[in-house]
Amino acid sequence: MTTIDLTHGSGGRAMHRLIKDVFAQAFDNHILAQGNDQAAFDVAGGRMVMSTDGFVISPLFFPGGDIGSLAVHGTVNDVALAGAKPLYLSAGFIIEEGFPLSDLVTIAHSMARAAQEAGGWIITGDTKVVERGKGDGVFITTTGVGVVPPGLELSGDKIRPGDAILVSGTMGDHGVAVLSQREGLSFETQILSDCASLNHLIADMVAAVPTLRCLRDPTRGGLAATLNELAHQSGVGMAVQESAIPVRPEVAGACELLGLDPLNVANEGKLVAFCPPEDAERLLTVLRGHPLGKDAAIIGHALDDPRCFVRMETRMGGVRMIDWLSGEQLPRIC
Amino acid sequence: MCLAVPAKVIEIAPDGASGRVEVGGVVKPVSFALLDHVTLGDYVLIHVGFALSRIDPEEAKKTLALFAQMAEAAG
Amino acid sequence: MKYVDEYRDGATAAKLARAIAALAQPERVYRLMEFCGGHTHAISRHGLTDLLPPNVEMIHGPGCPVCVLPIERLEAAIHLALSEGVILCSYGDMLRVPAAKGRSLLKARAEGADVRMVYSTTDALQVAQDNPERQVVFFAIGFETTTPPTAVALLHAKALGLKNFSVFCNHVLTPAAIQGILDGAQGERPLDGVIGPSHVSTIIGSQAYEPFAFKHALPVVIAGFEPLDVMQSILMLISQINAGRHEVENQYIRAVTRSGNAKAQALVAEVFELRPSFAWRGLGTVPWSALSIRDAFADLDAEKRFEVPAFTSQDNKACACADIIRGRKKPRDCKLFGTACTPDSPLGACMVSSEGACAAHWTFGRFRDGEAAQ
Repeated sequence: MTTIDLTHGSGGRAMHRLIKDVFAQAFDNHILAQGNDQAAFDVAGGRMVMSTDGFVISPLFFPGGDIGSLAVHGTVNDVALAGAKPLYLSAGFIIEEGFPLSDLVTIAHSMARAAQEAGGWIITGDTKVVERGKGDGVFITTTGVGVVPPGLELSGDKIRPGDAILVSGTMGDHGVAVLSQREGLSFETQILSDCASLNHLIADMVAAVPTLRCLRDPTRGGLAATLNELAHQSGVGMAVQESAIPVRPEVAGACELLGLDPLNVANEGKLVAFCPPEDAERLLTVLRGHPLGKDAAIIGHALDDPRCFVRMETRMGGVRMIDWLSGEQLPRIC
Repeated sequence: MCLAVPAKVIEIAPDGASGRVEVGGVVKPVSFALLDHVTLGDYVLIHVGFALSRIDPEEAKKTLALFAQMAEAAG
Repeated sequence: MKYVDEYRDGATAAKLARAIAALAQPERVYRLMEFCGGHTHAISRHGLTDLLPPNVEMIHGPGCPVCVLPIERLEAAIHLALSEGVILCSYGDMLRVPAAKGRSLLKARAEGADVRMVYSTTDALQVAQDNPERQVVFFAIGFETTTPPTAVALLHAKALGLKNFSVFCNHVLTPAAIQGILDGAQGERPLDGVIGPSHVSTIIGSQAYEPFAFKHALPVVIAGFEPLDVMQSILMLISQINAGRHEVENQYIRAVTRSGNAKAQALVAEVFELRPSFAWRGLGTVPWSALSIRDAFADLDAEKRFEVPAFTSQDNKACACADIIRGRKKPRDCKLFGTACTPDSPLGACMVSSEGACAAHWTFGRFRDGEAAQ
């Protein structure tokens, strides 16, 4: 058997074999090995965090990752950005009839590796198969749970005028890596997706700077979307310096070629952090001390603005707005 | 108008009609149907997958020198 | 990036800004039009307006082929995609532009039409070769920069004897458009100078602007694409205006020559001819301003291969694009700006693409509206 067919989702022997041979083998932990429909676990006292995400990325495999690693890192990050320690994940698969089994195995192992890096386990899941043409290869939904240390309350509505804005590294890597695989764009690049679990970095940050206001990852819509979301959530304006925002030359080159703005391009292993101005340098040092934060930078500060605009001082010394993107970003000719 | 980006010619097909160029480390296939006598190492302007024009390195230097001159004159 | 980064140096920009401020005579107002949408985008994106003294006004011209494409032509493309079952290949820019009743190529795709984004005409030809049993139509738009690639595609298609490839041609011409703005001026002097487009000029050469620089006594400076190029070109224009000169000067000497790209011009002349008139969105009907496919290539002309019903449409009566393109109004003077008309729901030419004056102002500059004057 080399491809997935409808029997793999029908609850019978074939499905049982698939779960055992592919998922249980890759995810390998004692809770999953119990083989129940649900997973039971104890949680040390504290506030819990839960997050869920559906992953429908196309192409499924891209330089630096695949839909599996993306699903794990993405949900781990959503939990970790609240300051929580990610504990457990669930993974639901909707697989298209005819999907190559070897690809599913690759994805499962990719997820296992990602979970191991993060220190969390995938302890329960679900498998469904849909008819050929009704799915894009495979869709994955992950849910993650974690526990927040007492007293920590990171939230997007806590930013105050004067707070420093930091990014953990270069912007636009993931989006460019994925675009390079898309039909009709044909460009070759060494850029890898930055897809990574940020929970260990965040743990360091929270320990060193307990005054952190909030953390968020600039995924779809890029840094521009995240800054605008948070500006509105906290009711503040923002001002950043273009020359301070780190962008790899290859990402800048690809964006020039396609007429895209790196500020609008997705990241999957980066975060934006806000803290009181007096703690910014210390936070920067912590970020730079971690492999996932080595290119971190202070890029600007929040300010008083009831209209919540995000401004940028350009390299040329002028000022312009950074706005949300309208619709999906498409390459330009003009 | 129209987005055209300076790119370095890194490969030319035997018939000279197409090749590959590089911008900031990103490599792209390109058509040379609109230009004659392209050589490896030339910089060309790329627009919708076609090279439109060669960038003249001497003129480029002159322009940069002019910026400096005009800027100095302002004090 | 070589030939890009050096032309984006902030320190030099500050010095050029001082030079411009020193040269601009305080009692004069300098109304300069940057024709090209790419320049509009560059000026907005880099915040260059902040570097100019208040008496130097940049007017954003109609040089954005997406913006000025009449809605009827887009309706026709959508019709071809939905009703004729063709594979419609288009540059990314056109996919989200709304036609009447909220239709667009992207929405047509959601309804089942086979609409494919291509980066190059080469890709469109490949689609035709890969799908011999389907008709493939390339939706050709753009000024003189984008026209030669279409010419190459048509010549290649003819050489290959492709029976399933055709082009829906909407290529338009720059000098005619500038002429259209100047002719529509009705006694007022709309402009003191023109910043000429960078890449159109690599094809048509700086000589193409000499007739109306002479006829309208209007200085023209062909500017490179980068911010420092634009700053230097503004300086050169102010210098001409102060001296009462009206010449065509070339700032983009590293890429533009007086005669342009002769090979590209020849290929275009072989395949295309002038349409007697063309209705531009926002600009009105302009004579001899657009191209159609020559009879020798009639079998590759989508307008001859397919029955395309005539569409008519009207822009919203309150739309001020016609005045904005000519510099009579600013985006915030338009009643619809920012309320009914935004990049997500554009009502007129100036908002449909990120290069239009209104879209650029919305995306990069609207935070200043309502602020106290400096």
